[in-house]
Amino acid sequence: MNRINQKLQENKKLLSIYFTAGFPKLNDTVSIIQELEKNGVEMIEIGLPFSDPLADGPTIQESSTQAIENGMTTSLLFEQLKDIRKSVKIPLIIMGYFNPMMQFGIEKFCQQCAEVGIDGLIIPDLPLYVYETEYQAIFEKYNLKNIFLISPQTSVERIQQIDAVSDSFIYMVSSAAVTGSQSGFGLEQMEYFQRIVDLNLKNPQIVGFGIKDQETFQQATKHQKGAIIGSAFINFLKENPISEIPKFIENIR
Amino acid sequence: MNTKYNVDENGFYGQFGGAFIPEMLYPNVEDLKENYLKIMAEPSFQEEFNELLQQFVGRPTPLYFAKRLSEKYNTKIYLKREDLCHTGAHKINNTIGQILVAKRLGKTRIIAETGAGQHGVATATVCALMGLECIVYMGEVDIKRQAPNVARMKMLGAEVRPATSGSKTLKDATNEAIRDWINNPIDTFYIIGSVVGPHPYPDMVARFQSVISKEIKSQLLTQEGRENPDYVIACVGGGSNAAGAFYEFLDEESVKLIAVEAAGHGVDSGESAATSVLGKIGIIHGSKTLLMQTEDGQITEPYSISAGLDYPGVGPLHAHLHDTKRAEFIAITDSEAMQSGLEISKTEGIIPAIETAHAFSVLDKKQFEPNEIVVINLSGRGDKDLNTYIDYFKF
Repeated sequence: MNRINQKLQENKKLLSIYFTAGFPKLNDTVSIIQELEKNGVEMIEIGLPFSDPLADGPTIQESSTQAIENGMTTSLLFEQLKDIRKSVKIPLIIMGYFNPMMQFGIEKFCQQCAEVGIDGLIIPDLPLYVYETEYQAIFEKYNLKNIFLISPQTSVERIQQIDAVSDSFIYMVSSAAVTGSQSGFGLEQMEYFQRIVDLNLKNPQIVGFGIKDQETFQQATKHQKGAIIGSAFINFLKENPISEIPKFIENIR
Repeated sequence: MNTKYNVDENGFYGQFGGAFIPEMLYPNVEDLKENYLKIMAEPSFQEEFNELLQQFVGRPTPLYFAKRLSEKYNTKIYLKREDLCHTGAHKINNTIGQILVAKRLGKTRIIAETGAGQHGVATATVCALMGLECIVYMGEVDIKRQAPNVARMKMLGAEVRPATSGSKTLKDATNEAIRDWINNPIDTFYIIGSVVGPHPYPDMVARFQSVISKEIKSQLLTQEGRENPDYVIACVGGGSNAAGAFYEFLDEESVKLIAVEAAGHGVDSGESAATSVLGKIGIIHGSKTLLMQTEDGQITEPYSISAGLDYPGVGPLHAHLHDTKRAEFIAITDSEAMQSGLEISKTEGIIPAIETAHAFSVLDKKQFEPNEIVVINLSGRGDKDLNTYIDYFKF
């Protein structure tokens, strides 16, 4: 069974962390992953940097720009990750935009993912229709779970379509926003979280965008299976060494 | 009616196009996709659109027989005078159309991206006309380079927001506009300035600009007794003026189409914007098209002396016209374009925009027969480029 699906069966709320590969330093990728697992993080999203990340706010864009300047590339990421499964057991997901993957070659990209032990992909700008018609078979061949986003504006019909195609979890964007642009959740978001629970989807949901501390983590996981922290962690890495990661995690849990 | 080169039901031109957008934008783009053709077909829309093109923009623009230029190149050269449109370029044909769509979709807040500022000014103009809030994203670098257009937008009541990410130019302004749209999905309409972006934008913008080729057809019939010229020549950045000038001729295979790109300092100089030569298929701003990028798929910054041609991609329609060889693509360097700009000024009494000047350089690259009719789309006037001309020629 895919590691993501195994993890989703565990009877607890999941903390997932996003970071940009190659940031702050080019070769930090592996040590950040190891440190996050050691501190009880249940799942990791490794950001494949892109020059023009449309769905992300300034924090993640800046970290991507820095990572690219540091020399981060798709093939270097696979090189860095080649022995990752010797030390890390938790699910690893690559989150990135479609163009760099397309240039690498989708089949080759998926095959390399499988080889190093990646469990799933989040590609914000790969639309459902294109995925189904062109890429689903390839992703499945390499046992990669494709994770789709929904937002408060997504219609019920569309959510059900996405639920039908998904086979791990649904990434719930907490509100109409790019990443890193929130300050706490209001009534509107809490109602949205409840509304999605009431749909009784087959896939659990993990909330992202706007999670940054214990309060927002608890709000987001009140109804949902877990939450993803991205920009807040990137901001932490800008100011603190990797060895301080335990402090960041303590403040969430 | 166009068929072979028209967009298909999924938003593709051959292998190019589509809507590669984050799910957060799906409801907005879907809403537009479902409604734009219906709205555009409404008699009340047609009436308002045509009335504004006529009374506010000043259409139809003349199809002017350039006598001295024709003598010089020993062929029949006609200039489609989009430079005479209100605000100085063809851009306003599109913003008039889109703001009428926005109103009918019940949107109250307008956003736009701009590079040189022409589309920003055209958007600010129609927002003032309709009394709608207007926010224009512009790269921090471009804000400094194009101060007069920034002032124009402010005078028209628009807010100009600097894009400070990435290379701080047009592509980053477009990213910021898309982010704004993600953050404001309910009340906001995004007026894209070219035949780029996710479907249905390329098709919608091409349709609004198609008034250019519609007029060419009827004017040529009156002036020459035939609807179709032998050549239509237009410059291409994103490609909206070319899309408009080509549109009605796409399926008229006897009409040769020439798309003129900016070679910058030369196609192989490392400082160029000739996407059809240097680009590879990829995804930019929600569209699968030819685009300038690194081997690793990072989008690169193009260069041209003309701020309106330095877009790293090209509209998917044009990628398709290139792929199918329906249009011939010619790259013109900075210095060739600048010389042409000066030549047209002195020969015909028209100072063209530097973008447009690129199209004129084709006259030196190709041989035309004396009885052939060559239509050049004079997409914009050169007032905005006066400083660049002055710096270049040391007037």
